[in-house]
Amino acid sequence: MSTPLLKLEAVHTHIGAYHILHGVDLEVAHGELTVLLGRNGAGKTTTLRTIMGLWHPSAGRVLFDGEDLGALGTPEIAHRGISYVPENMGIFAELTVAENMLLAARGAKRPEDIDPKRLEWVFGLFPALKRFWQHPAGLLSGGQKQMVAVARAIIEPRKLLLIDEPSKGLAPAIIQNMVEAFRELKRTDTTILLVEQNFNFARQLGDRVAVMDDGRVVHAGTMAALAGDEGLQQQLLGLSLAAHQ
Amino acid sequence: MKPSVPAAPALDALPAVRPDRVPLMLLPVLVLAALPLTGSLSTWVTLTFAGLAMGMIIFIIASGLTLVFGLMDVLNFGHGVFITLGAFLATAVLGRMTGWTESESLTRNLAAVLPAMLAAVVVAGLVGLAFERLIIRPVYGQPLKQIMITMGGMIVGVELIKVVWGPQAIPLPLPAAFRGSFLFGEAAVEKYRLIAVVVGLAVFGAMSWVLGRTKVGLLIRAGVQDREMVESLGYRIGRLFVGVFVAGSALAGLGGVMWGLYQQSVTPEMGGQINVLLFIVIIIGGMGSVGGCFIGALLVGLISNYAGFLAPKVALFSNILLMVAVLLWRPQGLYSVVKR
Ligand SMILES: Nc1ncnc2c1ncn2[C@@H]1O[C@H](COP(=O)(O)OP(=O)(O)OP(=O)(O)O)[C@@H](O)[C@H]1O
Ligand SMILES: [Mg+2]
Repeated sequence: MSTPLLKLEAVHTHIGAYHILHGVDLEVAHGELTVLLGRNGAGKTTTLRTIMGLWHPSAGRVLFDGEDLGALGTPEIAHRGISYVPENMGIFAELTVAENMLLAARGAKRPEDIDPKRLEWVFGLFPALKRFWQHPAGLLSGGQKQMVAVARAIIEPRKLLLIDEPSKGLAPAIIQNMVEAFRELKRTDTTILLVEQNFNFARQLGDRVAVMDDGRVVHAGTMAALAGDEGLQQQLLGLSLAAHQ
Repeated sequence: MKPSVPAAPALDALPAVRPDRVPLMLLPVLVLAALPLTGSLSTWVTLTFAGLAMGMIIFIIASGLTLVFGLMDVLNFGHGVFITLGAFLATAVLGRMTGWTESESLTRNLAAVLPAMLAAVVVAGLVGLAFERLIIRPVYGQPLKQIMITMGGMIVGVELIKVVWGPQAIPLPLPAAFRGSFLFGEAAVEKYRLIAVVVGLAVFGAMSWVLGRTKVGLLIRAGVQDREMVESLGYRIGRLFVGVFVAGSALAGLGGVMWGLYQQSVTPEMGGQINVLLFIVIIIGGMGSVGGCFIGALLVGLISNYAGFLAPKVALFSNILLMVAVLLWRPQGLYSVVKR
């Protein structure tokens, strides 16, 4: 693998008195989609939040394009070219879909200022957005909100997308729409770090995979290798199934 | 907007956009309900305008406070000091311009009052900037300390005001052209109350425009809902907060001038006295909601005046009763916007 776009080296994160990440090592290669798997409570969300500067690492380094993000604030990290779709989607319910999108288009003062070509492309991925453009985002269904959240992350080109469980609670039809959208996104050469629990969804998209457990990355490799090795799946993911029964 | 292709209804079903107007309806309901109770049309008109004027001034003062809480969960119990500061600055400016304030010419009166308001806005804004740096910033995210240190900040501020202007009340007479009343049939409406209503509406209009039509306003509305997400999108919410704090302090200074003119007298304690009312208003309105603050302030102003006339014994706690009633109906206040 060439020099990775994002590299976590022995990252520890504390939330208050709790020691959550116990030395996470993770590499995300340029132009690839890396899936982060792991059981509930493994530390996936905490890893994304640490990258985004919403928690600060207590030890270790978060290197993005060679620069250590550890001491930067969240807005500065966003300005380095990282966008983030949180687990709860972070939709501004009281604002319209248009206003939600406008916030993500940093240079635009009004919705009309959003790059029309890019917007058409996003509408192509998620046609529902166009229809609900002027509606308060809080009135949308869960799947539609997820589309707004992802659309917001890509309305301007970014170097890296961090996406936390986009398939959570979505109907199969909408999940398939998401898969298609991510496939299209991959064609634009965007680097993506995707947290998923839904292995079926992850398998369709991932180039590489990392599996977390108990605040550490316990396996890293190609998706192809994991998808083709039922024993390994059993060991890594079956184990996780058993763990939260 | 019509869908170009008919798609599966389950995916597209969306309730019609229906803004919540029920809280707004409380105002006409209250005003109309007061008519038979007051017994006379002219008393009713007078009380209603008194209530609206008081409500508008309270709104001008409280609007910044609700946004300051909405954006950063900051409870500023020192907000009242900006009211007192604005009012005393007005006595200083207008006291030196008695030639103009006593003139019957409206232009000359305005030429005295507008600089007084400007001075209050600018100085209160600057003091607000220092207040945020020195008093609020060290206690971000620590509510208990915030309450104590902002109260302490106000006590210190009031003492400093006493050092400059003395502890006693200072008269702040209305300029000549603002005195007296307009007569509508039997009913007399004091001119200054009408002016207060107009200024209040102008402030509300300007604020609605900024919040609704500009990117900064959009960021404020978004920040009140989810400040982490605003930061994740690349905006420094700290800077936004400082701006809102300064604007809120400046508006409290303006409100202080207007309240001082309304009372025609200014005391160092006036800010502290209104403080309680401010918190009642922003709790009624829903913490972080400017629209809710507007309705809450008018409700409080109206109820204070109606109750003061109808049942003076109840008047003292009529606003608390109003707050309890609203919270029983909507525990988050009239409009709930802060979702964390
Ligand atoms: N704000 C917090 N305060 C204290 N502990 C927390 C906090 N957030 C997360 N944790 C703990 O950190 C651990 C990792 O949580 P995290 O949300 O990162 O897991 P996850 O892998 O994303 O899980 P899930 O699949 O359920 O989303 C959990 O044990 C959780 O209880
Ligand atoms: Mg999670």
